[in-house]
Amino acid sequence: MAYLEYSGIGVLGLSAAVPRQVIDNYSYTEHFPANDVKDIIEKIGVKERRFAGKDTCSSDLCYAAAEKLLSDMDVDRSEIDLLLFVSQTPDYRMPATSIILQHRLGLPDTTVAFDISIGCSGFLYGLSVAFAMLQQKGFRKALLLDGETRSKVYSPKDRKTAFLFGDAGVAALIGKNNNFMESYFSIHSDGSRESMIKINAGGYRNPSSAETVKEQVVDEFGNIRSEEQGYMNGADVFNFLIREVPKDVHGLLEHCNVDKASVDYFVFHQANSYMNNYLAKKLKLDEAKVPMSIEKFGNTSSVSIPLTIVSELRDNLEGSQKLLLCGFGVGLSWATTIINVEDCFITEIVEV
Amino acid sequence: MDQKQFISSFKEALDIQDRDVLLLDEFRLYPEWDSLAQLTLIAMLDEEYGVSLEMKLFNNLVTVADLFKAVNAVSEQ
Repeated sequence: MAYLEYSGIGVLGLSAAVPRQVIDNYSYTEHFPANDVKDIIEKIGVKERRFAGKDTCSSDLCYAAAEKLLSDMDVDRSEIDLLLFVSQTPDYRMPATSIILQHRLGLPDTTVAFDISIGCSGFLYGLSVAFAMLQQKGFRKALLLDGETRSKVYSPKDRKTAFLFGDAGVAALIGKNNNFMESYFSIHSDGSRESMIKINAGGYRNPSSAETVKEQVVDEFGNIRSEEQGYMNGADVFNFLIREVPKDVHGLLEHCNVDKASVDYFVFHQANSYMNNYLAKKLKLDEAKVPMSIEKFGNTSSVSIPLTIVSELRDNLEGSQKLLLCGFGVGLSWATTIINVEDCFITEIVEV
Repeated sequence: MDQKQFISSFKEALDIQDRDVLLLDEFRLYPEWDSLAQLTLIAMLDEEYGVSLEMKLFNNLVTVADLFKAVNAVSEQ
């Protein structure tokens, strides 16, 4: 397999925005008994998460994060040659949300802008695309926006997903500097497992209809959802990824000849704490090097890696730091990257 | 593979404390069985036996004996 490699390109700054509305999972008991909810929370580790209101989209969270980042870093917006929007909860089916954000953020019409739809591994995809395009001589800076309103996707009456997901948006500024050393990306896809995490209707294979929005009891546990709400078979996903993710992490470390001990932080997609703890244990990682934000924000899909960096590592990224990032989920799609950050600028989290 | 040890690990994974687990038990009918219990069982098989069963195979297993046999077969491969 091929690995992607870049040098002289890196993340200059990072910011995050979350909705103001806090959901306390222990009191999220409208559809399930409090005791069951407590057991679920103990396993998945999500105590709180944030829900966006009816009028707030992923793009609004990203916009708030981007405004904060660009003004705090005093960035000349005319230098932004690329805008990427990573999300599976876009504003519209068309046009691409990135184009709307180009105008809203006051970026020039020379900015290349497009959306990337991929899910939990999405931030790493976004980074690799930004790094690749910045290899062009003329390209100066890229703005990578990554947002999700997962709360709007899943049924509150399906216990497999009702307590897990939250909303957030991030902005990353990517640029060139000779201090940035080699970065490495390993990216995988397995479409044979496409049905493990899925929204079956609402696209063009199964268009929206009166039938697709009807709630139905879907299993022997009495879980209820419609065809337009997300489905996840967590056990199947877990079973596959606890084998593949450690393999990928070891493979990349070996390929780029990086000693595990020289990595300052391992930032994983915040799937659920059971899975994250298991992966850390299996990879024999030092807990202090594995930041987690699942307790506060839940699973925010592709946003969870950068959100964890902003939330947990804001005061720890001075100087040169080596990060291993690893995202995995819907697709199935999984990716691992090793990057260096140099005095990475990290803002406070903005509430919208 | 030791059958006694397997049953003991299985009991622990599903957090069954009040009774014995028998080979002919249909484990999906246990009150403890749900998607969270399944996660713990999968983690146990991976950790203690280095085994990851394909879900298509796993979903067809009915009894504890079926599971024991399947884990045996995969770990011998």
